[in-house]
Amino acid sequence: MRPFEQIVTEYGPVVLRVCRAVLGPVDAEDAWSETFLSALKAYPELPDGANVEAWLVRIAHRKAIDVIRASARRAVPVEDLPETPSTSRPPDAWDGDLWDALARLPDKQRAAVAYHYLAGLPYKEIADIIGGQTDAARRAAADGVKTLRATYRHPAEVEGATP
Amino acid sequence: MMTMPEDHLFDALPVVDEDANRRLHAWLVAAAARDGLLDVAYRTLETPVGTLLLAATEQGLVRVAYDREDHDAVLTTLAAAVSPRILAAPARLDPVVRQLAEYFDGGRRVFEVPLDFRLSKGFRRAVLSHLPDIAYGRTESYAQVAAAAGSPKAVRAVGTACATNPLPVVVPCHRVVRSDGSFGGYVGGEDAKRTLLTLEAA
Repeated sequence: MRPFEQIVTEYGPVVLRVCRAVLGPVDAEDAWSETFLSALKAYPELPDGANVEAWLVRIAHRKAIDVIRASARRAVPVEDLPETPSTSRPPDAWDGDLWDALARLPDKQRAAVAYHYLAGLPYKEIADIIGGQTDAARRAAADGVKTLRATYRHPAEVEGATP
Repeated sequence: MMTMPEDHLFDALPVVDEDANRRLHAWLVAAAARDGLLDVAYRTLETPVGTLLLAATEQGLVRVAYDREDHDAVLTTLAAAVSPRILAAPARLDPVVRQLAEYFDGGRRVFEVPLDFRLSKGFRRAVLSHLPDIAYGRTESYAQVAAAAGSPKAVRAVGTACATNPLPVVVPCHRVVRSDGSFGGYVGGEDAKRTLLTLEAA
């Protein structure tokens, strides 16, 4: 079994990217921290040959749900409009526009997009993690990306730097 | 990792964020120590005998390894022999780092850190527990050590115990030399043995 330090080095960055895409700049680091602490605890029991990245994303998914629930409990009920993330974004936020667009996706689509396009997990694995059938996971990711294309303009495109 | 045309959509999300990774790693180390999950903490240290890997359990220093032992291989062995809950976590090694610096400056003759001998068993362990009795600046022959460990004929086994010492420098197997006064082998190589014995003779 590899020393856990190697797991953090190899998968820490991609799990952070996934957490950021799923939770946004404010809560991502909490989810990452809880994910790796849980993973460290369970690591000696991980079977040989297990897909470590899928295992970490599965834990991160559960932690993300915890974080979303916790912030829902904290949030003051609002009648008409949901709070826009831009009002609470810290100064070092990675990218307001991309997160604004991601935040508007339904939770399941956002998760499917992140797990497929950022973590590179196959749809069967994603369906296992988020629940439902493989086809539904594939559809959630496709719908999510389609919406993102429509709502989020890549900075390079906005500047007209790419054709 | 898949590369899909959609990837450019996420270009704004850094693939690697060094600052965040450093901060999160430090948090993980602190939380692991707090929760009793930091089974093995390690760091490296530059010394006159090269880069040493230092690793400690909650019980004490469990491994000191020379560069030539291949630090990655040593950590993999620790994962199997002790626990895979291993993190680069320098704080636990602070006392031994301080004492090693004093030792290499010539100001320290005895190490006073808790030792975890779990990596050596039986006769080898009996040999290693005798080694700190060989005073700083002195040497003993393999035969003398065999006698002190209670098995005068086990000269070859003393050689093996020294060659497999999990705690070189701190447990002074470098003070064991051949009966004819030549250095004999050393886990850190003959140059390292000469450096240590020269330092201690000064």
